[in-house]
Amino acid sequence: MTTATHEFTGSGRRHADRLNEPNGGRSDGRGNGQRSSKGPLADPVRVARGLGWFSIGLGLAEIAAPRRIARMIGIDDDDTNRNTLFAYGVREIASGVGILAQKHPVTPVWARVGGDMMDLAFLTRAYGSSSSQKNRVAAAAIAVLGVTVLDVLTGKNLSRARQSEHEEGNGVAPKQGHGVEVRRQITINRPAEEVYRFWRDFENLPQFMEHLESVQSLGDRRSHWKARAPAGTTVEWDAEIIEDRPNELISWRSVDDADVPNTGSVRFVPAPGDRGTEVHVELRYDPPGGTIAAAIAKLFGEEPGQQVRGDLRRLKQVMETGEVVHSDASIHRGMHPAQPSAEPMTEGAQR
Amino acid sequence: MKANCWMGKRKLEVRDVPDPKILNSRDAIIRVTSTAICGSDLHIYNGFIPTMEKGDILGHEFMGEVVETGSAVKNLKTGDRVVVPFTISCGACSMCQRDLWSLCENSNPNAAIAETLMGHSPAGLFGYSHMLGGFAGGQAEFARVPFADVGPLKVPAGIPDEQVLFLSDIFPTGYMGAEMCNIRQGDVIAVWGCGPVGQFAIASAKLLGAERVIAIDRFPYRLQMAADKAGATETINYEEESVLERLLELTGGRGPDACIDAVGLEAHGPAAIYAYDRAKQALMLETDRPIALREAIIACRPGGTVSVIGVYGGLVDKFPLGALMNKSLTIRTGQTHMHRYMRPLLERIERGEIDPSFVITHRMKLEDAPKGFETFVHKRENCEKVVLSA
Repeated sequence: MTTATHEFTGSGRRHADRLNEPNGGRSDGRGNGQRSSKGPLADPVRVARGLGWFSIGLGLAEIAAPRRIARMIGIDDDDTNRNTLFAYGVREIASGVGILAQKHPVTPVWARVGGDMMDLAFLTRAYGSSSSQKNRVAAAAIAVLGVTVLDVLTGKNLSRARQSEHEEGNGVAPKQGHGVEVRRQITINRPAEEVYRFWRDFENLPQFMEHLESVQSLGDRRSHWKARAPAGTTVEWDAEIIEDRPNELISWRSVDDADVPNTGSVRFVPAPGDRGTEVHVELRYDPPGGTIAAAIAKLFGEEPGQQVRGDLRRLKQVMETGEVVHSDASIHRGMHPAQPSAEPMTEGAQR
Repeated sequence: MKANCWMGKRKLEVRDVPDPKILNSRDAIIRVTSTAICGSDLHIYNGFIPTMEKGDILGHEFMGEVVETGSAVKNLKTGDRVVVPFTISCGACSMCQRDLWSLCENSNPNAAIAETLMGHSPAGLFGYSHMLGGFAGGQAEFARVPFADVGPLKVPAGIPDEQVLFLSDIFPTGYMGAEMCNIRQGDVIAVWGCGPVGQFAIASAKLLGAERVIAIDRFPYRLQMAADKAGATETINYEEESVLERLLELTGGRGPDACIDAVGLEAHGPAAIYAYDRAKQALMLETDRPIALREAIIACRPGGTVSVIGVYGGLVDKFPLGALMNKSLTIRTGQTHMHRYMRPLLERIERGEIDPSFVITHRMKLEDAPKGFETFVHKRENCEKVVLSA
């Protein structure tokens, strides 16, 4: 995540807005989590930073030396465990970077809690395995539990710090809850008109937005959206376009009582050097179950930023090559070796 | 069909797997007639490439006959004989259009993993981990080739497989290694590693007009091949003499004008340095052993070029950045931009300027792929290059 992205995160902007108010420089020291409460966790942002670096260190270790880690925590040094450790390593690094890149890393810290749950689930399974070294697995589980407690406390403190910031804010905060905000960009080697036109027909969106089942146009500015939600459920809502500047910008929001209230916008900016069009997407939604549910979902591959990034990559593939690109492994949900599969590919099997 | 599957570190099995199918309209299915084992396959074999899964079909050097094409493939028809580049490229993104084919922005469906590790993802590759796409490889009876309207090169019937097969990777890779040296008249080029890619780097440096090419390795038979077949003017066995001293001696104290690292992340070297890096790898303090690359940087003449075509995967330790900066060196590197080189190099083969089959030492059946890996990795029977046929 770049510094530029950082400046535009919700909390960063709110902070900046507040500074522009006449009394912006209030001296109560809030906002950066420097609250006056006592105790070792008094500054949750600092603790979070520590957790961030811890994540990166552990992640690097899991990637660089899965074998050694496997031995250390008493599990089999087999390919499955090594691959799992590698995936966990990537997850740790991503969560560490997430924490360090944000001013108020509420979501990434809760994501760590979700990660702890995954680790514990993994270790529980390993404990049950006949070939594991039970005392080492148990020691590892206790260590993870300790970190989990710290993660939860830090997450709670950060959430509280941000809540109070919301309350004293100036109305930029979304109507309900904190919401999840995602910004992602991609450059597509096609003219802005073409990309705009494709996106403006919302019925095209499910072609590249993996979670969308369908979008149905309901006339001029309204549309009906149906999306796959975690755990096999679906959510539906109606949306309306709030702004439509041809070849430049489209923004929309859910209307009425949407299950998942959301807003979104996409900007189309000509890329310098004859490189097509920069597509800047911004989404904000209030997930059912709030931030914690979102953070846990994130750990199981439902991370919204990654999701949008993947969606944009598929949009680019569709615009530039005519279709979403598949590999022998990518057509399957979950793990599948890179070899052809016996079953014919069905629409639903595609990611 | 039969396919050579990775079943774990140093564990391969030729298994029966389903035949490939068209998944995208720009795909073609190829009946593989010849395929080869690449030195970079050995990194997978030895467990240095992450995100492999049991059952992954290996192989990224292959050629064969088109048996089926997707609806959008207009330039190929059933029966065409083609060589397939190991990098998968769409031809439509700005990287492909800038002739940077191995950086194709659309061909890796699993780009997210690569982005986490490297910031951005390179192109998808055949049979080279899930991080690089999860594409089944070509050490099989049949292979699915995405973007078949862009990648595969048609070859005329008159030339045997063995002369054109290496257009799939190692000849263009060695050639790009030499081209990146920006060779001028009178230049002396040193090449670390006399595996197949090193041999082609040496041969290409000669083709591109190098005055002298110095080959460095530790296996006498490989140095012999470099001198006899590839055209190296001098050879250095690093187990017998100091590479740095010998290079100074051969260049009047200047150092080579350009150095090519055709070794990569599993380098060997003098016992103490090798032990140091191997220990670092084991202790998770580095993922790659840059022994050859370090030496190339130290050896290179001030203002010269270091061309890196050996494969690296992650992080290295004790990288002589000071030498790089203070000697104004240029580092050039990359996965091969295959599509740039295949046709011109085919023309060189057709004109008789080079016969790439000189590197082949072992010919086997696809069923014997595991034995081929075994022979290659241990350099048994003076193994240089193994070609598998269907």
